[in-house]
Amino acid sequence: MSARHAIFRDDAATVLARHRLLLAETRRQRAARIVAPIAMVGVALFAIWRLGISVGQIGPGLVELGKFIALMVPPSTGGHLALFLKAMGETLAIAFLGTLVAAILAMPLGLLAAKNTTPSLLLRFLTRRLLDVIRGIDTLIWALVFVAVVGLGPFAGILAIAVSDTGSFGKLFSEAIEATPARERETVIACGGNSWMGIRFSLLPQVLPIIAGQILYFFESNTRSATIIGIVGAGGIGLQLSEQIRTYDFDRVAFIVLLILAAVALIDWISGKLRFAIIGRRQNLA
Amino acid sequence: MTAGIPTLPQHRFDQLRAGYERAVARRRAQSFAVLSVLVILTLAASRYGEVDVGNLLRHLSGLTSYLGRILPKLRADHLTGDIADWYWNFLGWLKLLFDTVLIAYLATLAGTIGAGLLAFVAAANLAPSNAARWCVKRLFEFCRTVPDLVFALIFVGAFGLGPLAGVLAIAIHTFGALGKQFTEVIENIDMNPVEAVRSAGGRFVDVVRFGALPQVLPNLASYALLRFEINVRASSIVGFVGAGGIGQDLFVAIRKFYYTDVSAILLMIIVAVSVIDLVTERIRHRLAPVQRAG
Repeated sequence: MSARHAIFRDDAATVLARHRLLLAETRRQRAARIVAPIAMVGVALFAIWRLGISVGQIGPGLVELGKFIALMVPPSTGGHLALFLKAMGETLAIAFLGTLVAAILAMPLGLLAAKNTTPSLLLRFLTRRLLDVIRGIDTLIWALVFVAVVGLGPFAGILAIAVSDTGSFGKLFSEAIEATPARERETVIACGGNSWMGIRFSLLPQVLPIIAGQILYFFESNTRSATIIGIVGAGGIGLQLSEQIRTYDFDRVAFIVLLILAAVALIDWISGKLRFAIIGRRQNLA
Repeated sequence: MTAGIPTLPQHRFDQLRAGYERAVARRRAQSFAVLSVLVILTLAASRYGEVDVGNLLRHLSGLTSYLGRILPKLRADHLTGDIADWYWNFLGWLKLLFDTVLIAYLATLAGTIGAGLLAFVAAANLAPSNAARWCVKRLFEFCRTVPDLVFALIFVGAFGLGPLAGVLAIAIHTFGALGKQFTEVIENIDMNPVEAVRSAGGRFVDVVRFGALPQVLPNLASYALLRFEINVRASSIVGFVGAGGIGQDLFVAIRKFYYTDVSAILLMIIVAVSVIDLVTERIRHRLAPVQRAG
Protein backbone atom coordinates (compact mmCIF):
# COMPACT_ATOMS: atom_id res chain seq x y z
CA MET A 1 0.00 0.00 0.00
CA SER A 2 1.54 3.27 -1.05
CA ALA A 3 1.92 6.23 1.24
CA ARG A 4 -0.30 8.29 -1.06
CA HIS A 5 -3.17 5.90 -0.72
CA ALA A 6 -2.81 5.91 3.01
CA ILE A 7 -3.05 9.69 3.08
CA PHE A 8 -6.23 9.52 1.06
CA ARG A 9 -7.77 6.95 3.28
CA ASP A 10 -6.81 8.99 6.28
CA ASP A 11 -8.38 12.03 4.65
CA ALA A 12 -11.65 10.29 4.05
CA ALA A 13 -11.72 9.13 7.64
CA THR A 14 -11.06 12.60 9.03
CA VAL A 15 -13.65 14.16 6.75
CA LEU A 16 -16.16 11.55 7.82
CA ALA A 17 -15.32 12.07 11.44
CA ARG A 18 -15.61 15.85 11.17
CA HIS A 19 -18.96 15.84 9.35
CA ARG A 20 -20.40 12.65 10.72
CA LEU A 21 -23.73 14.25 11.49
CA LEU A 22 -24.09 15.59 7.95
CA LEU A 23 -23.02 12.49 6.10
CA ALA A 24 -24.16 9.63 8.25
CA GLU A 25 -27.72 8.46 7.97
CA THR A 26 -29.36 7.36 11.17
CA ARG A 27 -31.06 4.00 11.17
CA ARG A 28 -34.42 5.72 11.45
CA GLN A 29 -33.77 7.91 8.41
CA ARG A 30 -32.71 4.91 6.35
CA ALA A 31 -35.77 2.98 7.43
CA ALA A 32 -38.01 5.92 6.53
CA ARG A 33 -36.36 6.23 3.13
CA ILE A 34 -37.03 2.61 2.33
CA VAL A 35 -40.36 2.11 4.05
CA ALA A 36 -42.15 5.29 2.93
CA PRO A 37 -42.23 4.55 -0.82
CA ILE A 38 -43.14 0.91 -0.20
CA ALA A 39 -45.99 1.97 2.07
CA MET A 40 -47.23 4.49 -0.49
CA VAL A 41 -47.24 1.92 -3.27
CA GLY A 42 -48.83 -0.64 -0.95
CA VAL A 43 -51.71 1.69 -0.06
CA ALA A 44 -52.14 2.53 -3.75
CA LEU A 45 -52.38 -1.16 -4.70
CA PHE A 46 -54.83 -1.76 -1.87
CA ALA A 47 -56.92 1.21 -3.06
CA ILE A 48 -56.98 -0.10 -6.63
CA TRP A 49 -58.11 -3.49 -5.35
CA ARG A 50 -60.68 -2.03 -2.95
CA LEU A 51 -62.19 0.32 -5.55
CA GLY A 52 -62.44 -2.50 -8.06
CA ILE A 53 -60.42 -0.70 -10.72
CA SER A 54 -59.32 -3.24 -13.31
CA VAL A 55 -56.55 -2.76 -15.85
CA GLY A 56 -58.90 -4.12 -18.50
CA GLN A 57 -61.12 -1.09 -17.95
CA ILE A 58 -58.40 1.35 -18.90
CA GLY A 59 -57.69 0.21 -22.47
CA PRO A 60 -61.24 0.40 -23.86
CA GLY A 61 -61.80 3.58 -21.87
CA LEU A 62 -58.81 5.24 -23.51
CA VAL A 63 -60.05 4.14 -26.95
CA GLU A 64 -63.43 5.67 -26.13
CA LEU A 65 -61.76 8.84 -24.85
CA GLY A 66 -59.77 9.04 -28.09
CA LYS A 67 -63.02 8.90 -30.02
CA PHE A 68 -64.42 11.74 -27.88
CA ILE A 69 -61.33 13.85 -28.54
CA ALA A 70 -61.53 13.12 -32.28
CA LEU A 71 -65.13 14.33 -32.17
CA MET A 72 -64.03 17.54 -30.44
CA VAL A 73 -62.12 18.86 -33.46
CA PRO A 74 -63.13 21.20 -34.85
CA PRO A 75 -65.04 22.86 -32.01
CA SER A 76 -68.40 24.08 -33.18
CA THR A 77 -71.27 26.03 -31.74
CA GLY A 78 -73.82 23.81 -33.45
CA GLY A 79 -75.83 26.97 -34.17
CA HIS A 80 -76.31 27.70 -30.47
CA LEU A 81 -73.83 30.55 -30.13
CA ALA A 82 -76.38 33.00 -28.69
CA LEU A 83 -77.57 30.41 -26.18
CA PHE A 84 -74.02 29.59 -25.05
CA LEU A 85 -73.06 33.24 -24.73
CA LYS A 86 -76.16 33.94 -22.69
CA ALA A 87 -75.35 30.97 -20.43
CA MET A 88 -71.79 32.24 -20.01
CA GLY A 89 -73.16 35.66 -19.07
CA GLU A 90 -75.42 33.94 -16.56
CA THR A 91 -72.38 32.19 -15.06
CA LEU A 92 -70.54 35.50 -14.68
CA ALA A 93 -73.66 37.00 -13.10
CA ILE A 94 -73.86 34.09 -10.66
CA ALA A 95 -70.20 34.49 -9.69
CA PHE A 96 -70.48 38.27 -9.32
CA LEU A 97 -73.68 38.40 -7.29
CA GLY A 98 -72.75 35.35 -5.22
CA THR A 99 -69.42 36.90 -4.25
CA LEU A 100 -70.99 40.31 -3.54
CA VAL A 101 -73.76 38.95 -1.33
CA ALA A 102 -71.28 36.71 0.49
CA ALA A 103 -68.99 39.67 1.18
CA ILE A 104 -71.89 41.73 2.56
CA LEU A 105 -73.14 38.87 4.75
CA ALA A 106 -69.66 37.99 5.95
CA MET A 107 -68.70 41.47 7.18
CA PRO A 108 -70.78 41.42 10.40
CA LEU A 109 -69.91 37.75 10.92
CA GLY A 110 -66.22 38.57 10.53
CA LEU A 111 -66.54 41.28 13.19
CA LEU A 112 -68.34 38.83 15.49
CA ALA A 113 -65.66 36.17 15.00
CA ALA A 114 -62.68 38.46 15.62
CA LYS A 115 -61.08 38.56 19.03
CA ASN A 116 -60.48 42.32 19.13
CA THR A 117 -64.03 43.37 18.19
CA THR A 118 -66.04 40.74 20.05
CA PRO A 119 -65.02 40.34 23.68
CA SER A 120 -67.72 37.76 24.39
CA LEU A 121 -66.13 34.33 24.23
CA LEU A 122 -69.45 32.52 23.74
CA LEU A 123 -70.58 34.73 20.85
CA ARG A 124 -67.20 34.37 19.16
CA PHE A 125 -67.20 30.61 19.62
CA LEU A 126 -70.71 30.23 18.19
CA THR A 127 -69.95 32.44 15.18
CA ARG A 128 -66.76 30.56 14.43
CA ARG A 129 -68.43 27.15 14.62
CA LEU A 130 -71.24 28.41 12.38
CA LEU A 131 -68.68 29.57 9.82
CA ASP A 132 -66.86 26.21 10.08
CA VAL A 133 -70.03 24.26 9.34
CA ILE A 134 -70.96 26.48 6.39
CA ARG A 135 -67.44 26.15 5.01
CA GLY A 136 -67.39 22.39 5.55
CA ILE A 137 -70.24 21.87 3.10
CA ASP A 138 -69.23 22.13 -0.54
CA THR A 139 -70.71 24.75 -2.87
CA LEU A 140 -72.18 22.01 -5.01
CA ILE A 141 -74.11 20.58 -2.05
CA TRP A 142 -75.45 24.05 -1.24
CA ALA A 143 -76.46 24.31 -4.90
CA LEU A 144 -78.41 21.06 -4.66
CA VAL A 145 -80.12 22.26 -1.49
CA PHE A 146 -81.07 25.62 -3.03
CA VAL A 147 -82.34 23.96 -6.18
CA ALA A 148 -84.65 22.02 -3.89
CA VAL A 149 -85.69 25.25 -2.13
CA VAL A 150 -86.09 27.92 -4.88
CA GLY A 151 -86.28 25.70 -7.95
CA LEU A 152 -84.00 25.21 -10.97
CA GLY A 153 -82.18 28.22 -12.39
CA PRO A 154 -79.33 30.66 -11.77
CA PHE A 155 -80.92 32.12 -8.64
CA ALA A 156 -80.22 28.85 -6.82
CA GLY A 157 -76.60 29.13 -7.97
CA ILE A 158 -76.25 32.68 -6.66
CA LEU A 159 -77.61 31.63 -3.27
CA ALA A 160 -75.32 28.59 -3.17
CA ILE A 161 -72.18 30.64 -3.82
CA ALA A 162 -73.35 33.40 -1.50
CA VAL A 163 -73.87 31.01 1.42
CA SER A 164 -70.81 28.83 0.96
CA ASP A 165 -68.50 31.83 0.48
CA THR A 166 -69.94 33.55 3.53
CA GLY A 167 -68.19 30.82 5.50
CA SER A 168 -64.82 31.39 3.84
CA PHE A 169 -65.07 35.19 3.86
CA GLY A 170 -66.16 35.26 7.50
CA LYS A 171 -63.01 33.40 8.47
CA LEU A 172 -60.69 35.46 6.24
CA PHE A 173 -62.24 38.77 7.30
CA SER A 174 -62.00 37.91 10.98
CA GLU A 175 -58.32 37.05 10.50
CA ALA A 176 -57.73 40.36 8.70
CA ILE A 177 -59.52 42.21 11.52
CA GLU A 178 -57.51 40.44 14.20
CA ALA A 179 -54.28 41.37 12.45
CA THR A 180 -54.92 45.13 12.72
CA PRO A 181 -52.96 47.04 15.36
CA ALA A 182 -55.13 48.23 18.26
CA ARG A 183 -53.52 51.68 18.55
CA GLU A 184 -55.58 53.49 15.92
CA ARG A 185 -58.86 52.24 17.35
CA GLU A 186 -57.75 53.32 20.82
CA THR A 187 -57.00 56.78 19.39
CA VAL A 188 -60.55 57.14 18.11
CA ILE A 189 -61.97 56.02 21.44
CA ALA A 190 -59.60 58.28 23.38
CA CYS A 191 -60.94 61.25 21.36
CA GLY A 192 -64.40 60.43 22.65
CA GLY A 193 -65.66 58.10 19.91
CA ASN A 194 -67.67 55.03 20.73
CA SER A 195 -66.65 51.56 19.60
CA TRP A 196 -68.75 51.84 16.40
CA MET A 197 -66.80 54.94 15.46
CA GLY A 198 -63.64 53.00 16.24
CA ILE A 199 -64.68 50.38 13.75
CA ARG A 200 -65.79 52.89 11.12
CA PHE A 201 -62.83 55.29 11.28
CA SER A 202 -59.88 53.07 12.17
CA LEU A 203 -60.65 49.41 11.58
CA LEU A 204 -62.50 49.70 8.28
CA PRO A 205 -59.85 51.79 6.49
CA GLN A 206 -57.21 49.33 7.69
CA VAL A 207 -58.90 46.14 6.54
CA LEU A 208 -60.76 47.36 3.45
CA PRO A 209 -57.86 47.00 0.98
CA ILE A 210 -57.07 43.49 2.26
CA ILE A 211 -60.72 42.49 2.11
CA ALA A 212 -61.16 43.95 -1.37
CA GLY A 213 -58.21 41.87 -2.58
CA GLN A 214 -59.72 38.73 -1.10
CA ILE A 215 -63.11 39.46 -2.65
CA LEU A 216 -61.54 39.87 -6.09
CA TYR A 217 -59.60 36.65 -5.67
CA PHE A 218 -62.80 34.81 -4.75
CA PHE A 219 -64.60 36.34 -7.72
CA GLU A 220 -61.95 34.74 -9.92
CA SER A 221 -62.27 31.34 -8.31
CA ASN A 222 -66.07 31.59 -8.24
CA THR A 223 -66.11 32.06 -12.00
CA ARG A 224 -64.66 28.56 -12.09
CA SER A 225 -67.01 27.07 -9.52
CA ALA A 226 -70.02 28.79 -11.12
CA THR A 227 -69.29 26.77 -14.25
CA ILE A 228 -69.87 23.50 -12.42
CA ILE A 229 -72.89 24.23 -10.26
CA GLY A 230 -74.95 24.26 -13.46
CA ILE A 231 -74.37 20.52 -13.61
CA VAL A 232 -76.84 20.05 -10.75
CA GLY A 233 -79.34 22.45 -12.33
CA ALA A 234 -78.30 25.74 -10.74
CA GLY A 235 -78.03 27.67 -14.01
CA GLY A 236 -75.22 29.01 -16.11
CA ILE A 237 -72.91 27.43 -18.64
CA GLY A 238 -72.53 24.20 -16.63
CA LEU A 239 -76.08 23.23 -17.50
CA GLN A 240 -75.33 23.52 -21.24
CA LEU A 241 -72.01 21.74 -20.79
CA SER A 242 -73.48 18.74 -19.01
CA GLU A 243 -76.32 18.53 -21.56
CA GLN A 244 -73.83 18.45 -24.44
CA ILE A 245 -71.68 15.83 -22.69
CA ARG A 246 -74.72 13.65 -22.01
CA THR A 247 -75.78 13.81 -25.66
CA TYR A 248 -72.17 13.17 -26.82
CA ASP A 249 -72.02 16.43 -28.85
CA PHE A 250 -68.31 16.77 -28.21
CA ASP A 251 -67.65 19.51 -30.75
CA ARG A 252 -69.98 21.72 -28.71
CA VAL A 253 -68.34 20.52 -25.49
CA ALA A 254 -64.98 21.66 -26.86
CA PHE A 255 -66.45 25.04 -27.81
CA ILE A 256 -67.97 25.55 -24.36
CA VAL A 257 -64.73 24.54 -22.63
CA LEU A 258 -62.82 27.05 -24.77
CA LEU A 259 -65.44 29.68 -23.92
CA ILE A 260 -64.97 28.96 -20.20
CA LEU A 261 -61.18 29.15 -20.52
CA ALA A 262 -61.45 32.50 -22.31
CA ALA A 263 -63.89 33.91 -19.74
CA VAL A 264 -61.77 32.75 -16.81
CA ALA A 265 -58.64 34.24 -18.39
CA LEU A 266 -60.46 37.55 -18.91
CA ILE A 267 -61.69 37.69 -15.32
CA ASP A 268 -58.23 36.74 -14.04
CA TRP A 269 -56.74 39.59 -16.01
CA ILE A 270 -59.27 42.19 -14.89
CA SER A 271 -59.19 41.23 -11.23
CA GLY A 272 -55.39 40.98 -11.30
CA LYS A 273 -55.25 44.61 -12.53
CA LEU A 274 -57.79 45.76 -9.94
CA ARG A 275 -56.04 43.92 -7.13
CA PHE A 276 -52.74 45.43 -8.08
CA ALA A 277 -54.30 48.91 -8.19
CA ILE A 278 -55.82 48.46 -4.72
CA ILE A 279 -52.69 47.05 -3.13
CA GLY A 280 -50.59 49.72 -4.81
CA ARG A 281 -52.81 52.41 -3.33
CA ARG A 282 -52.48 50.90 0.12
CA GLN A 283 -48.72 50.97 -0.11
CA ASN A 284 -48.87 54.64 -1.08
CA LEU A 285 -50.97 55.40 2.00
CA ALA A 286 -48.55 53.59 4.25
CA MET B 1 -53.78 75.89 30.79
CA THR B 2 -55.41 77.01 27.54
CA ALA B 3 -53.11 79.98 27.37
CA GLY B 4 -50.18 77.60 26.91
CA ILE B 5 -51.47 76.23 23.64
CA PRO B 6 -50.84 78.57 20.72
CA THR B 7 -53.99 79.00 18.61
CA LEU B 8 -53.82 78.65 14.87
CA PRO B 9 -54.21 81.93 12.91
CA GLN B 10 -57.58 82.06 11.17
CA HIS B 11 -56.25 82.23 7.59
CA ARG B 12 -53.97 79.23 8.19
CA PHE B 13 -56.90 77.34 9.69
CA ASP B 14 -59.13 78.14 6.69
CA GLN B 15 -56.41 76.96 4.34
CA LEU B 16 -56.02 73.63 6.17
CA ARG B 17 -59.75 73.17 6.39
CA ALA B 18 -60.21 73.81 2.67
CA GLY B 19 -57.45 71.29 1.90
CA TYR B 20 -59.05 68.74 4.20
CA GLU B 21 -62.43 69.22 2.62
CA ARG B 22 -60.96 68.87 -0.88
CA ALA B 23 -59.31 65.59 0.12
CA VAL B 24 -62.52 64.27 1.67
CA ALA B 25 -64.52 65.34 -1.38
CA ARG B 26 -62.09 63.50 -3.66
CA ARG B 27 -62.38 60.35 -1.56
CA ARG B 28 -66.16 60.65 -1.56
CA ALA B 29 -66.26 61.08 -5.34
CA GLN B 30 -64.05 57.99 -5.69
CA SER B 31 -66.21 55.90 -3.38
CA PHE B 32 -69.32 57.14 -5.17
CA ALA B 33 -67.89 56.13 -8.55
CA VAL B 34 -66.96 52.64 -7.29
CA LEU B 35 -70.34 52.27 -5.66
CA SER B 36 -72.26 53.30 -8.77
CA VAL B 37 -70.26 50.87 -10.94
CA LEU B 38 -71.07 48.14 -8.42
CA VAL B 39 -74.76 49.04 -8.44
CA ILE B 40 -74.93 49.05 -12.25
CA LEU B 41 -73.14 45.68 -12.42
CA THR B 42 -75.41 44.31 -9.72
CA LEU B 43 -78.55 45.37 -11.58
CA ALA B 44 -77.27 43.92 -14.84
CA ALA B 45 -76.23 40.69 -13.13
CA SER B 46 -79.56 40.42 -11.34
CA ARG B 47 -81.36 40.58 -14.65
CA TYR B 48 -79.10 37.92 -16.12
CA GLY B 49 -79.17 35.77 -13.01
CA GLU B 50 -82.98 35.81 -12.79
CA VAL B 51 -82.79 37.11 -9.24
CA ASP B 52 -86.21 37.06 -7.70
CA VAL B 53 -86.19 38.21 -4.09
CA GLY B 54 -89.93 37.60 -3.86
CA ASN B 55 -89.31 34.00 -4.81
CA LEU B 56 -86.62 33.70 -2.15
CA LEU B 57 -88.85 35.24 0.52
CA ARG B 58 -91.73 32.99 -0.47
CA HIS B 59 -89.47 29.96 -0.18
CA LEU B 60 -87.44 31.14 2.81
CA SER B 61 -89.73 29.28 5.18
CA GLY B 62 -89.12 26.30 2.88
CA LEU B 63 -85.39 26.64 3.53
CA THR B 64 -85.77 26.80 7.30
CA SER B 65 -88.23 23.92 7.32
CA TYR B 66 -85.82 22.01 5.05
CA LEU B 67 -83.01 22.56 7.54
CA GLY B 68 -85.42 21.55 10.29
CA ARG B 69 -86.39 18.40 8.45
CA ILE B 70 -82.87 17.18 7.68
CA LEU B 71 -81.97 17.37 11.36
CA PRO B 72 -82.79 14.13 13.13
CA LYS B 73 -85.30 14.01 15.96
CA LEU B 74 -83.24 13.06 18.97
CA ARG B 75 -85.17 12.57 22.19
CA ALA B 76 -83.36 12.32 25.47
CA ASP B 77 -85.24 9.22 26.58
CA HIS B 78 -84.53 7.17 23.42
CA LEU B 79 -81.22 8.73 22.50
CA THR B 80 -79.49 5.50 21.47
CA GLY B 81 -82.50 4.27 19.53
CA ASP B 82 -82.83 7.61 17.72
CA ILE B 83 -79.17 7.73 16.81
CA ALA B 84 -79.33 4.15 15.54
CA ASP B 85 -82.33 5.18 13.48
CA TRP B 86 -80.56 8.24 12.11
CA TYR B 87 -77.42 6.28 11.25
CA TRP B 88 -79.27 3.19 10.05
CA ASN B 89 -76.69 2.67 7.30
CA PHE B 90 -73.62 3.70 9.31
CA LEU B 91 -71.39 0.82 8.18
CA GLY B 92 -72.38 1.19 4.54
CA TRP B 93 -71.64 4.92 4.61
CA LEU B 94 -68.40 4.32 6.47
CA LYS B 95 -67.27 1.99 3.70
CA LEU B 96 -68.22 4.56 1.07
CA LEU B 97 -66.40 7.26 3.01
CA PHE B 98 -63.33 5.01 3.11
CA ASP B 99 -63.61 4.54 -0.68
CA THR B 100 -63.86 8.32 -1.05
CA VAL B 101 -60.62 8.81 0.86
CA LEU B 102 -58.96 6.10 -1.26
CA ILE B 103 -60.09 7.87 -4.45
CA ALA B 104 -58.53 11.07 -3.14
CA TYR B 105 -55.35 9.17 -2.24
CA LEU B 106 -54.92 7.55 -5.66
CA ALA B 107 -55.70 10.80 -7.45
CA THR B 108 -53.27 12.77 -5.29
CA LEU B 109 -50.53 10.17 -5.80
CA ALA B 110 -50.95 10.05 -9.58
CA GLY B 111 -51.24 13.83 -9.93
CA THR B 112 -48.24 14.43 -7.69
CA ILE B 113 -46.03 12.02 -9.61
CA GLY B 114 -47.01 13.58 -12.93
CA ALA B 115 -46.59 17.13 -11.68
CA GLY B 116 -43.31 16.26 -9.94
CA LEU B 117 -41.85 14.91 -13.18
CA LEU B 118 -42.98 17.76 -15.42
CA ALA B 119 -42.53 20.70 -13.02
CA PHE B 120 -38.75 20.50 -13.51
CA VAL B 121 -39.30 20.96 -17.24
CA ALA B 122 -41.58 23.93 -16.61
CA ALA B 123 -39.29 25.75 -14.13
CA ALA B 124 -37.55 28.74 -15.76
CA ASN B 125 -34.22 28.07 -14.03
CA LEU B 126 -33.85 24.40 -15.01
CA ALA B 127 -35.91 23.98 -18.20
CA PRO B 128 -33.92 22.16 -20.89
CA SER B 129 -35.78 23.96 -23.68
CA ASN B 130 -38.04 26.97 -23.91
CA ALA B 131 -40.51 25.27 -26.25
CA ALA B 132 -40.97 22.33 -23.87
CA ARG B 133 -41.35 24.75 -20.97
CA TRP B 134 -44.08 26.70 -22.75
CA CYS B 135 -45.99 23.53 -23.69
CA VAL B 136 -45.87 22.10 -20.15
CA LYS B 137 -47.01 25.40 -18.64
CA ARG B 138 -50.03 25.55 -20.99
CA LEU B 139 -50.80 21.90 -20.16
CA PHE B 140 -50.79 22.67 -16.43
CA GLU B 141 -53.01 25.69 -17.04
CA PHE B 142 -55.54 23.70 -19.05
CA CYS B 143 -55.69 20.88 -16.50
CA ARG B 144 -56.36 23.19 -13.56
CA THR B 145 -58.81 25.55 -15.27
CA VAL B 146 -61.24 22.92 -16.53
CA PRO B 147 -63.21 21.95 -13.40
CA ASP B 148 -62.66 18.38 -12.18
CA LEU B 149 -66.38 17.70 -12.38
CA VAL B 150 -66.31 18.34 -16.13
CA PHE B 151 -63.49 15.83 -16.52
CA ALA B 152 -65.48 13.43 -14.33
CA LEU B 153 -68.55 13.77 -16.58
CA ILE B 154 -66.49 13.05 -19.70
CA PHE B 155 -64.63 10.15 -18.07
CA VAL B 156 -67.85 8.59 -16.84
CA GLY B 157 -68.85 8.49 -20.50
CA ALA B 158 -65.54 6.95 -21.55
CA PHE B 159 -64.66 4.58 -18.69
CA GLY B 160 -68.14 3.88 -17.40
CA LEU B 161 -69.67 4.63 -14.01
CA GLY B 162 -67.43 4.03 -11.03
CA PRO B 163 -64.43 5.26 -9.10
CA LEU B 164 -61.94 5.08 -12.00
CA ALA B 165 -63.54 8.12 -13.64
CA GLY B 166 -63.37 10.02 -10.35
CA VAL B 167 -59.74 9.09 -9.73
CA LEU B 168 -58.71 10.20 -13.23
CA ALA B 169 -60.69 13.44 -13.10
CA ILE B 170 -59.26 14.51 -9.74
CA ALA B 171 -55.78 13.32 -10.73
CA ILE B 172 -55.82 15.58 -13.80
CA HIS B 173 -56.93 18.58 -11.78
CA THR B 174 -54.28 17.80 -9.14
CA PHE B 175 -51.68 17.51 -11.87
CA GLY B 176 -52.49 21.02 -13.12
CA ALA B 177 -52.75 22.67 -9.72
CA LEU B 178 -49.66 21.03 -8.21
CA GLY B 179 -47.72 21.55 -11.45
CA LYS B 180 -48.04 25.28 -11.01
CA GLN B 181 -47.13 25.26 -7.31
CA PHE B 182 -44.21 22.86 -7.80
CA THR B 183 -42.87 25.02 -10.64
CA GLU B 184 -42.94 28.08 -8.38
CA VAL B 185 -41.14 26.21 -5.60
CA ILE B 186 -38.46 25.00 -8.00
CA GLU B 187 -37.98 28.47 -9.45
CA ASN B 188 -37.08 29.74 -5.98
CA ILE B 189 -34.28 27.27 -5.19
CA ASP B 190 -30.67 28.12 -4.44
CA MET B 191 -28.85 27.73 -7.78
CA ASN B 192 -25.38 26.97 -6.32
CA PRO B 193 -25.87 23.20 -5.97
CA VAL B 194 -27.40 23.11 -9.45
CA GLU B 195 -24.38 24.84 -10.95
CA ALA B 196 -22.06 22.55 -8.99
CA VAL B 197 -23.67 19.47 -10.52
CA ARG B 198 -23.63 21.08 -13.96
CA SER B 199 -19.98 22.02 -13.75
CA ALA B 200 -19.13 18.48 -12.66
CA GLY B 201 -20.64 17.32 -15.96
CA GLY B 202 -24.15 16.35 -14.84
CA ARG B 203 -26.94 16.10 -17.36
CA PHE B 204 -30.48 17.42 -16.82
CA VAL B 205 -31.51 14.30 -14.92
CA ASP B 206 -28.48 14.52 -12.61
CA VAL B 207 -29.06 18.22 -12.05
CA VAL B 208 -32.65 17.53 -11.02
CA ARG B 209 -31.81 14.52 -8.88
CA PHE B 210 -28.78 15.86 -7.00
CA GLY B 211 -29.03 19.64 -7.37
CA ALA B 212 -32.72 20.49 -7.11
CA LEU B 213 -34.70 17.61 -5.62
CA PRO B 214 -33.07 17.56 -2.16
CA GLN B 215 -33.86 21.28 -1.79
CA VAL B 216 -37.51 21.10 -2.79
CA LEU B 217 -38.66 17.69 -1.54
CA PRO B 218 -40.09 18.84 1.81
CA ASN B 219 -41.97 21.68 0.15
CA LEU B 220 -43.34 19.45 -2.59
CA ALA B 221 -44.50 16.91 -0.02
CA SER B 222 -46.17 19.67 1.94
CA TYR B 223 -48.07 20.95 -1.11
CA ALA B 224 -49.07 17.39 -2.03
CA LEU B 225 -50.52 16.86 1.45
CA LEU B 226 -52.47 20.11 1.23
CA ARG B 227 -53.80 18.96 -2.12
CA PHE B 228 -54.82 15.65 -0.51
CA GLU B 229 -57.01 17.61 1.91
CA ILE B 230 -58.62 19.44 -1.01
CA ASN B 231 -59.04 16.20 -2.95
CA VAL B 232 -60.92 14.50 -0.12
CA ARG B 233 -63.54 17.24 -0.48
CA ALA B 234 -63.52 16.89 -4.26
CA SER B 235 -63.86 13.11 -4.16
CA SER B 236 -66.93 13.39 -1.94
CA ILE B 237 -68.49 15.43 -4.76
CA VAL B 238 -67.58 13.51 -7.93
CA GLY B 239 -70.13 10.89 -6.94
CA PHE B 240 -72.80 13.42 -7.99
CA VAL B 241 -72.07 12.55 -11.62
CA GLY B 242 -71.56 8.84 -10.94
CA ALA B 243 -67.81 8.80 -10.47
CA GLY B 244 -67.73 6.82 -7.22
CA GLY B 245 -67.48 7.58 -3.52
CA ILE B 246 -70.00 8.73 -0.97
CA GLY B 247 -71.24 11.60 -3.20
CA GLN B 248 -73.56 9.24 -5.01
CA ASP B 249 -75.49 8.39 -1.84
CA LEU B 250 -75.56 12.03 -0.80
CA PHE B 251 -76.88 13.04 -4.22
CA VAL B 252 -79.64 10.45 -4.06
CA ALA B 253 -80.52 11.46 -0.50
CA ILE B 254 -80.84 15.15 -1.44
CA ARG B 255 -82.71 14.49 -4.69
CA LYS B 256 -85.14 11.99 -3.23
CA PHE B 257 -85.69 13.98 -0.01
CA TYR B 258 -84.39 11.33 2.42
CA TYR B 259 -84.04 14.19 4.86
CA THR B 260 -82.23 12.74 7.85
CA ASP B 261 -79.87 10.78 5.59
CA VAL B 262 -78.65 14.10 4.19
CA SER B 263 -77.58 15.38 7.60
CA ALA B 264 -76.15 11.98 8.58
CA ILE B 265 -73.92 11.77 5.49
CA LEU B 266 -72.96 15.45 5.60
CA LEU B 267 -71.92 15.14 9.23
CA MET B 268 -69.75 12.11 8.40
CA ILE B 269 -68.08 13.98 5.54
CA ILE B 270 -67.44 17.06 7.67
CA VAL B 271 -65.95 14.97 10.49
CA ALA B 272 -63.77 12.96 8.09
CA VAL B 273 -62.53 16.09 6.34
CA SER B 274 -61.69 17.83 9.61
CA VAL B 275 -59.83 14.80 10.95
CA ILE B 276 -57.78 14.55 7.76
CA ASP B 277 -57.14 18.31 7.84
CA LEU B 278 -55.84 18.08 11.40
CA VAL B 279 -53.56 15.11 10.69
CA THR B 280 -52.08 16.48 7.47
CA GLU B 281 -51.62 19.91 9.05
CA ARG B 282 -49.49 18.30 11.75
CA ILE B 283 -47.38 16.52 9.15
CA ARG B 284 -47.10 19.64 7.01
CA HIS B 285 -45.85 21.74 9.89
CA ARG B 286 -43.25 19.13 10.63
CA LEU B 287 -42.13 19.05 6.98
CA ALA B 288 -41.87 22.78 6.50
CA PRO B 289 -42.19 24.59 9.83
CA VAL B 290 -42.18 28.11 8.40
CA GLN B 291 -44.81 27.57 5.77
CA ARG B 292 -48.39 28.66 6.38
CA ALA B 293 -51.44 26.76 5.19
CA GLY B 294 -51.70 28.75 1.94
